[in-house]
Amino acid sequence: MTNTTGTTTAPEHGPVPLPPAVAHTLVTAGAIGTIASAFMSWTWTPDFPGDLTIYGYPAGLQILAIVAGALTLLYSLTLWNVRGLHRLNPAGATTPVLLTALSAFAVCWYTAIAIAVDLGGLVNLDPGAYVAVIASALPVIGALALPHPDPGTGIRGYLTKPDQPRPGKLPALAERAVITVGTALALVVFTYGIGINDDESETFIGYLLVAVFTAWALVHAGLLDRYAAISARHKGFSATLAFVAVAVFPFTQSEDHNANLGVSILVFATVALGLNIVVGLTGLLDLGYVAFLGVGAYAAALVSGSEFSRFSGVQFPFWAAALTGMAASLVFGVLIGAPTLRLRGDYLAIVTLGFGEIFRIAVNNLDGVSGPNLTNGPNGISRIPDLEVFGFDLGEAHDLGSFTLGRFANYLFLMLIFTAIVVLVFTRAADSRIGRSWIAIREDETAATAMGINGFRVKLIAFALGAALAGLAGTVMAHVNYSVNPQPYQFAGAAPPNSAFLLAAVVLGGMGTVSGPLLGASLLYLIPEKLQFLKNYELFAFGIALVLLMRFRPEGIIANRRHQLEFHENGPDEPEQGTLPDEPAVTKAGA
Amino acid sequence: MTTPVLEARAVTMRFGGLTAVRSVDFTVNSGEIVGLIGPNGAGKTTFFNCLTGLYVPTEGTVSYQGTVLPPKPHLVTKAGIARTFQNIRLFANMTVLENVLVGRHTRTKEGLWSALLRGPGFKKAEKESEARAMELLSFVGLAHKRDHLARNLPYGEQRKLEIARALASEPGLLLLDEPTAGMNPQETRATEELVFAIRDKGIAVLVIEHDIRFIFNLCDRVAVLVQGEKLVEGTPDIVQADERVIAAYLGTPFEGEPGEEEAAEVAAAEAAADAPADSTTGSTKGETQ
Repeated sequence: MTNTTGTTTAPEHGPVPLPPAVAHTLVTAGAIGTIASAFMSWTWTPDFPGDLTIYGYPAGLQILAIVAGALTLLYSLTLWNVRGLHRLNPAGATTPVLLTALSAFAVCWYTAIAIAVDLGGLVNLDPGAYVAVIASALPVIGALALPHPDPGTGIRGYLTKPDQPRPGKLPALAERAVITVGTALALVVFTYGIGINDDESETFIGYLLVAVFTAWALVHAGLLDRYAAISARHKGFSATLAFVAVAVFPFTQSEDHNANLGVSILVFATVALGLNIVVGLTGLLDLGYVAFLGVGAYAAALVSGSEFSRFSGVQFPFWAAALTGMAASLVFGVLIGAPTLRLRGDYLAIVTLGFGEIFRIAVNNLDGVSGPNLTNGPNGISRIPDLEVFGFDLGEAHDLGSFTLGRFANYLFLMLIFTAIVVLVFTRAADSRIGRSWIAIREDETAATAMGINGFRVKLIAFALGAALAGLAGTVMAHVNYSVNPQPYQFAGAAPPNSAFLLAAVVLGGMGTVSGPLLGASLLYLIPEKLQFLKNYELFAFGIALVLLMRFRPEGIIANRRHQLEFHENGPDEPEQGTLPDEPAVTKAGA
Repeated sequence: MTTPVLEARAVTMRFGGLTAVRSVDFTVNSGEIVGLIGPNGAGKTTFFNCLTGLYVPTEGTVSYQGTVLPPKPHLVTKAGIARTFQNIRLFANMTVLENVLVGRHTRTKEGLWSALLRGPGFKKAEKESEARAMELLSFVGLAHKRDHLARNLPYGEQRKLEIARALASEPGLLLLDEPTAGMNPQETRATEELVFAIRDKGIAVLVIEHDIRFIFNLCDRVAVLVQGEKLVEGTPDIVQADERVIAAYLGTPFEGEPGEEEAAEVAAAEAAADAPADSTTGSTKGETQ
């Protein structure tokens, strides 16, 4: 298996019989051709999203073609043994080259086909598109002529990740530089994705194609593993940088609409992280979690001073409103948790599902007609006034130097603080006595109680903590959206937040991790937002995606160290042996 | 020296119409290794579960160092009785060290707030717990595997880890439920040494086991449970010689009843198969239990 280094002696080649020199040339030339094609016109009319008509000015999908082409070029250069570039592909594997080539191929062919379909016929393709189609196919052919990673295993050989050589350690400063570059790149990628106009679904699909293939290539090259290892060594630093990156995000946006998306994603992600305490750490399947978000939002709305609130005369300062929302959710968490947490597994799931629906229906009916007037029924509480924090009106745009920060950008900063709090709570709680007892309960409740853990109490703490964090996020959400109404707090719906989406964000991203739910939530929020045409098929597509993910990567996109070992028997990260001192080391063995 | 640590008085456990444990009196003294044996289905594990609070005895009381134990597993552990399980129940996806740290749960009390605030007290407690856990891991010989996942340990080491995890709760009495099940002779020997070492720490041990040789080597006192009732209790020698015990394990000589011919045939065949019979008395064939 380790015999996959580029320095081959036998004239091995993949499915396409070409000598290595020709293969290398094909990859490189094709990559350059793809980049060049992006500077040409691909179609004659600006009707196609992104305006691909101008010579010399790549736009939309052409930029994506350039990126994919450039990555292919980089990986093709590793084939020529260019100095320094071997770091990009430490194992010298074929698959990353193939995958980057495929990403360029996919985006170019997809664009050509989309143009032909959208505009009705191949006649709408300009020469640039033909160049792109041909040029992007060459690297794929070339990559398939490269030595097969594990001859005789067919397509499976390409898909199994080669063993990585154990990387040498970089100096701490260099590692921090790597993290900085990585975070900046992630910000650029995210900003580009969120910046794609909502009506340009074509461009967003191209973006997803490039992103998926590139990520896949990076995983195969072992770069993401290395990056994860490096950022794990500098946890505090990388976390700080990630928050800085999110804080920088509003400055990169000229319109407030994207900041609105950003703050909604943050709310959704924060709630998902709260749910991760309940589901990921403690192993309690909660299908009604969104109700706690609702409780927080309604509590904040009631004391916001809105004229539609039952207590319209009352206007709490924000810190008090946030605490009220949290406390209300906490109380509900305990009230719902106390009777239900005696149940295990599926029974708990069903009961929480029921309570979640009860919340929505109750709120719908507390309108003074079918019940006491508290929530204004289906109309909800609207006209929630903007917040004022330290005399700083979050509803107004503020100028900061040459940047104008709109309303949503202000809320984004506020929400970011809350997200930081939740991340801190999550990581600290997980790596402590209480966190260990949660995980122990998840693993084996009987054994855990036999070890002296009061299962009910510990589960109730997890449930209440998760509820309180969701309530905290809810208070901000109520103000961001100007209004609260019962509609979003259902079990399953076409748009987040609802309990099913929250759970999916946790499972998809990776249970028990911090970054997993954050990433999962961003994807689950962004994809439906950008692919409007999917509207009617969204839940269907979503279901298929979940099934595929559970089949091929059951531990989620970002694997918890534990789950990685659980699902893949011979996981890559068996702990190093031999160097373990007998006295307690300072390393923490936490989640 | 012989103060009783554990006293079970007239413990009865019924499941509907079935009486699994019937009015068992049982004592474990400090510094003692006591064995509990009996044929399959005799009620040993049920009795164990009554002691540890997993089951609430239908009748009778269990007291530890003079105080009656509440029927809640976590309170029993807190009082000072730790246990292992017949089929290993480690926290499979936690590391070896974390498993032992979970065992420390009752002896530490940092709650959610101190975990969130991370004051000096929290750090000190975590450090102490870790030091204590590492001590125990070295004691059972697993210190070098602290960062492995429990599920990846070989079988024998999982058993050891379970013992270390139980010891982490600083018990006065350790209950071992078939600690050598599935072990080879060497591993059984090592377990024996380990149990002696635990006893030398001043912890009383109660062992359920099927391996009679292991029990007789190890225990100061052995009790035999048959059909839910305590049959004999005494030193290994007494128990070994007791005819009722032999009868319970091997059955009583068959005395002419219907089916005698077939039984005789089977007995003859079996006698031919294992002619050099072992040290037990020459009791012949009995009805299956």
